[in-house]
Amino acid sequence: MTTFQEQDAAAVTKTSAAGPGRSPALEFASAWDYAPAPETTKVEIADSHGHYIGGTFVGAAKGGTLDTLNPANEQKLSTFARGTVADIDAAVNAAREAQPKWAALPAKERGKYLFRIARRLQERAREFAILETMDNGKPIKESRDVDIPLVAAHFFYHAGWCDKLKYAFGGAEPTPVGVCGQIIPWNFPLLMAAWKLAPALACGNTCVLKPAETTPLTALRLGEIFDEIGLPPGVVNIVTGDGEAGSALVEHAGVDKVAFTGSTEVGKKIARAVAGTGKKLTLELGGKSPNIIFDDASIDQAVEGIVSGIYFNQGHVCCAGSRLFVQEGVADEVIAKLKIRLQSLRVGDPLDKNTDVGAINSRPQLETIAKYFDIARDEGLDVFESSCELPSIGYWCKPSFFTGVQASHTVAREEIFGPVLAVLTFRTPEEAITRANNSPYGLAAGVWTDKGSKIFEIAGQLKAGIVWLNTYNRFDPASPFGGYKESGFGREGGMQGLRGYVKLGGDR
Amino acid sequence: MAASPTVFQAVNSPTINRVSADARAASFTTRSIKTTAKDAGLRLALSMVDLTTLEGKDSPEKVRSLCAKARRPMPDDERVLGERLPSVAAVCVYPSMVPVAAEALGGSGINVASVATGFPSGQYPLDVRLRDTAKAIADGADEIDMVINRGAFLSGKYGIVAEEIAEVTAVCAQGGPGGREVHLKVILETGELETYDNVRRASDLAIAQIRDGDFIKTSTGKVSPAATMGVTLVMLEAIRDAWLRDGKRIGMKPAGGIRTAKQSLHYLAMVKETLGDAWLSPDWFRFGASSLADDILRQIVRRKTGRYTAGYDFGVA
Repeated sequence: MTTFQEQDAAAVTKTSAAGPGRSPALEFASAWDYAPAPETTKVEIADSHGHYIGGTFVGAAKGGTLDTLNPANEQKLSTFARGTVADIDAAVNAAREAQPKWAALPAKERGKYLFRIARRLQERAREFAILETMDNGKPIKESRDVDIPLVAAHFFYHAGWCDKLKYAFGGAEPTPVGVCGQIIPWNFPLLMAAWKLAPALACGNTCVLKPAETTPLTALRLGEIFDEIGLPPGVVNIVTGDGEAGSALVEHAGVDKVAFTGSTEVGKKIARAVAGTGKKLTLELGGKSPNIIFDDASIDQAVEGIVSGIYFNQGHVCCAGSRLFVQEGVADEVIAKLKIRLQSLRVGDPLDKNTDVGAINSRPQLETIAKYFDIARDEGLDVFESSCELPSIGYWCKPSFFTGVQASHTVAREEIFGPVLAVLTFRTPEEAITRANNSPYGLAAGVWTDKGSKIFEIAGQLKAGIVWLNTYNRFDPASPFGGYKESGFGREGGMQGLRGYVKLGGDR
Repeated sequence: MAASPTVFQAVNSPTINRVSADARAASFTTRSIKTTAKDAGLRLALSMVDLTTLEGKDSPEKVRSLCAKARRPMPDDERVLGERLPSVAAVCVYPSMVPVAAEALGGSGINVASVATGFPSGQYPLDVRLRDTAKAIADGADEIDMVINRGAFLSGKYGIVAEEIAEVTAVCAQGGPGGREVHLKVILETGELETYDNVRRASDLAIAQIRDGDFIKTSTGKVSPAATMGVTLVMLEAIRDAWLRDGKRIGMKPAGGIRTAKQSLHYLAMVKETLGDAWLSPDWFRFGASSLADDILRQIVRRKTGRYTAGYDFGVA
């Protein structure tokens, strides 16, 4: 196996590449640079947005408003209502009222509504992609090629389940849970809405959705689609706001099921609040997922897997492969190649079609990431950063990784939720498994090897809800997603994901 | 440079995950290359074309026509575009046409490339293939596009493949009359190698035998599939690794199947993001193509005038 001398960071970027005799390096400056290629389609955004309750957009009861910014330029995009207990109450009541009729619809009729939502989303895909990118900061190529297509795929997939539910549970006749309170994060705003709404609606439930306070716009625009396709009023209600609306939703007596995706800290609070109330609960929380590269892996493709594992969506991914374990014999080569690869990652305007890494979603998140850089430096870790230039306004973080990391270092234990990777090494497969499982989390894992038998041997021993083999961060509505341990419980997507939205004979 | 005496030489090349490699290659097709980047990219791509004719019915007149086009791809460029477009990098012909091409290109700085070594199959005795090469060089070829012995490669006799490449390299290293430098391009014929593991292994094997400034090349154009983005990526990565490991610098030539200007820009994006700035030059990257140049010209004219030209607006070659 080829071994590379780990290259000095400066040599990778600064030395001019040329013939023999000079230091071998690669230069990615600008001999032929891509011209700006901004997405130019204009998307209208109203100055203010209200909640979507009972099929109409209404103002806040008395909670006032909040602003949502474009994190790439810190410009205000719009104001939206700050939901209160009263707003949640109205939304839950609307959902309660709508639920029996929705559940009583012939299953294939429910399926038609979901199909229509999916079709309309596809028709308006570009608008949604642009809006998502403006509100969230993620690159347009991801919102266009990943987020929005997956959103439509989730509705299509669950549309198909509506009239086949009784085949999903071994003959047990499923009945709806009732009203679902669903709280979603800011990293995949519309996709998380789809993950929550599609299975709930397919199973005959009605919903109150609470989008994240930094990214409410695409969920609200989904409300427009519900109007367009004639979804019965009250079947989906959307209440925007901050933690106050979230807690009111969790605590509301009219809610039968709570589904939450977000931080482990908030997830624990929700679990405490729901305990003893009889409400069903599914939680999809944080992660510190291991991405394990064996020395018999296809190295160049594994490096791509590292990149899609941690730099996809600025690392704002709960299942991000944020702990990289590389087998000793190939560690120098992998690190050298990762450094080179980072130089060709394009960071900047999220609306530019050639941008690979966009803006950090909010100032608080940027501060959290910065805090971990400080901690890592205090703990004596080496950091390698992309040499890219960052825009002067907006929230930005260079794609980076720490080397020399040990399992005890903070950046190897805590979720950073940014484009920041901890690189660790291992010598034997057993060591890799032990160290990979040594985490309070258990959401995802990646395994890279060219050897089929090893893939299954290792995957079976990893304590993670999702194990990707020779790939990373691949999603499909038919594949269940969810965690072990402090990464939560319950599954979303696939046949298994339906279980959180139905009652079977033995359920209360 | 010396080949291993062992017939069954071990070649310790990395494995390639085809699905991931193809996904990475496809990612370059979503790069948006607009305005100034497109203008510069089209001119760069034009300068990298090896204008090719490799048919049994090739005539001296057709080769002369091709050479005229190579010198001046668009004779009325200054009138229509207000600029002089670059010449292409080389004209690629069969050995029998080398004297014609050499005469027609004399003094232009455009290289005469000759396929040799029993192109396209290579199914000839080694001494015949070496004489084929020497004759092409003597007749004026600046570049030799050789084919590897796929029969030996696919039966695992890597030592034989390596040895033969080394012998052709040695012939090229002697240079042409008057001390003319002769570069070698090693055609792997990836369409016959089938797997990316084989493509990588053959790339490593060839790179080990050839000299700085020589090329590896995907295809003869006579076998389908010819060049693909995925195969080219695997070969570019082999070139990158040789550079980083040994400081040996090798060029790359995808050939066959690249017909549109847009495709050529996607390839350039892949070169840019895999090997960086230094390979964005005709000295280090070529397109083996017969119809690509016309589509590049069509796009250049469209960018300048806003109008699409007809097929007959550029002289066929």
